[in-house]
Amino acid sequence: MRPSTSPLRELMGKRDFYAGGLMILLGLFIAVKGTTYRAGTLMHMGPGFLPTALGVILVLLGIAIAAATLTAGSDQHGEGQNILPEHPQWFAWGCILASPVAFIFFGRYFGMAPGTFACVFIAALGDKTATWRGTVILATVVTIFGVSLFSYFLQVPMPIFTWRGGL
Amino acid sequence: MITTALTDLWYGFGVALEPHNLMFCFIGVLVGNMVGVLPGMGPLATISILLPLTFGMKPVAAILMLGGVMYGAQYGGAICSILLNLPCHPPHAVTCLDGFPMTKQGRGGVALGLTVFASFVGASWGITEMIFLSPLLVRAALQFGPTEVCSLMLLGLLAGSTLARGSPIKGVAMTVLGLFLGSVGTDLETGSERYTFGMTELDDGIELIALALGLFGIAEFMNSVNQVAPINTKYTNVTFKDMRPTKADLKRSFFPMWRGTIIGSLCALIPGTGPTIASFVAYATEKKISKHPELFGTGLIEGVVCPEASTHSSVQGDFIPTMSLGIPGDAVMALLLGALMIQGIVPGPQLISQHPDIFWGLVASFWIGNIMLVLLNVPLIGIWVKMLAIPYKYLYPSAMFFVCIGVYAANNDFFQVGEVVAIGLFGYILLRLGYHPAPILLGFVLGPRFEENFRRAMLISRGDFAVFVERPISAVFVALCLILIGSQLYFRLKGAKADLEPAAESGTPAGIPTQLAAHRVPVTPAE
Repeated sequence: MRPSTSPLRELMGKRDFYAGGLMILLGLFIAVKGTTYRAGTLMHMGPGFLPTALGVILVLLGIAIAAATLTAGSDQHGEGQNILPEHPQWFAWGCILASPVAFIFFGRYFGMAPGTFACVFIAALGDKTATWRGTVILATVVTIFGVSLFSYFLQVPMPIFTWRGGL
Repeated sequence: MITTALTDLWYGFGVALEPHNLMFCFIGVLVGNMVGVLPGMGPLATISILLPLTFGMKPVAAILMLGGVMYGAQYGGAICSILLNLPCHPPHAVTCLDGFPMTKQGRGGVALGLTVFASFVGASWGITEMIFLSPLLVRAALQFGPTEVCSLMLLGLLAGSTLARGSPIKGVAMTVLGLFLGSVGTDLETGSERYTFGMTELDDGIELIALALGLFGIAEFMNSVNQVAPINTKYTNVTFKDMRPTKADLKRSFFPMWRGTIIGSLCALIPGTGPTIASFVAYATEKKISKHPELFGTGLIEGVVCPEASTHSSVQGDFIPTMSLGIPGDAVMALLLGALMIQGIVPGPQLISQHPDIFWGLVASFWIGNIMLVLLNVPLIGIWVKMLAIPYKYLYPSAMFFVCIGVYAANNDFFQVGEVVAIGLFGYILLRLGYHPAPILLGFVLGPRFEENFRRAMLISRGDFAVFVERPISAVFVALCLILIGSQLYFRLKGAKADLEPAAESGTPAGIPTQLAAHRVPVTPAE
């Protein structure tokens, strides 16, 4: 982070500014949505009362968190204030998030075994040192072990192989 | 009084020693220990991943197994932190301070051996405390009305969020967020849907498993993928023989062990102060009363056994409010309570009288499980040490599978797998913004009951907030909340910057103990 003179600039560079901002946004969303439910009276509270109140509290907390960055000294700069880690792992993050999605897709249309294989395979690709061969072996081992544990032993009602064509 | 407790305990042993309960307890401690040893897998992730396995079981077997997983993971985590200097679980952060230097001196085995012993002592004390204090607490709690329950929950939530890791205000924000997430779904009283956006799958609320696995599974994996340094197995060559302590070691660790145990059990009585704080306080106390405080951090056995004993004693003690009041002290307890709720058991003061098999069976199984762990950890240390070498690149993809299938098995619904992805991504963003997601779980589990009791309290008082300070017991809880907030503000304004990140870095454990000095007060009401 490059040292800057403008106070707004300085604010923008701080993690807690965004942390507080996120809470303010979330709180606003919760509170605004909460007002569409019946709030009721204090004695007979409706479904909207508590969530709306929580949203307002969250907004206040968010303001406090963001405001704390204004008062804190300049020593807060540095590693701890970076939002992204030093080496962002976009590919690995994508793999980890894609792995359950693959599980949903393959599990729904082809069954537990293909779903498991796809899930482990995609997740394992995220590692920097992953090789195709190692990944396939790992996915196969986990599939065999996992399917036998969950399908035979724990009786999870999900077909091992299926074919729901057409969709 | 004592005789009833002992009869109940006898009954509990009867439950816990039933062959299939015994088996599940054993599976629990074994798997917990195994997964706990693996670097990067703390008790929270372990319990969340194993939670779905218990759905098909009877409630007693399920809770026995999950309890076993929890303290098994604690034992396992100690191995990881002493030999590798990697605290997978925050309470072990202080164990590293002296444990790893001991390993470097080639005395890692001794540290491990005495840790197992100290853990056992601490746990036994915590269990004893649980046997005698829980019924007392229940007797008091049965007279609580919704007003008292509500303010007690408020205290628990505040303590759980401000005394945990990281900045207190962020902890409170997370708790509020958790409370909100708990309100998603059909409103219990009026039946109207909240925040479901037309998705019928959300009518029953957000799935606890999806939340736990998203926050402590996927978000954690995203945080550590490709960031984990290759494990240094240079010092991990420990065998059974190395574990035997010398007579001098035993003598030196005797009193620290007991001091740690007592500190841990005191910390357990304060709502919200979990094992992390207990271990920090224990270490700081031990350092303060030591004749040579400057040697701490260079590999003193006192610095290992005292925090470990205190962690285990406080973990067992944390079960007291969880089981007898239904108010969990930290996220691990919240998860266990959630598991009970999934089994259809309502937590609260009625639990012990309505389900004596669960409570007393659990108590008895703690002892059995702890003995099993000593037997597992001492002779088999070589195997556990070998497990340390499993690389992360094999670990997390396999864990991803457990996450997916576990969430699916909760309701046999793919929608929840999608839920876990969304929660995981959100959890990772929170992590990067410096939030610790553990209080979310606390708020989430307590949320619905908090709302219910709040509504009832307001109904009884005819919408008058003053009821919370007019009823004496409730007023005490509210006063404690204010003291808590006041002391946090005070320490913050005083410029205690060190308390911001005390647990994550192995730096100075100075922050939390000084904070806690002011919180010694809350000991009284919990008794």
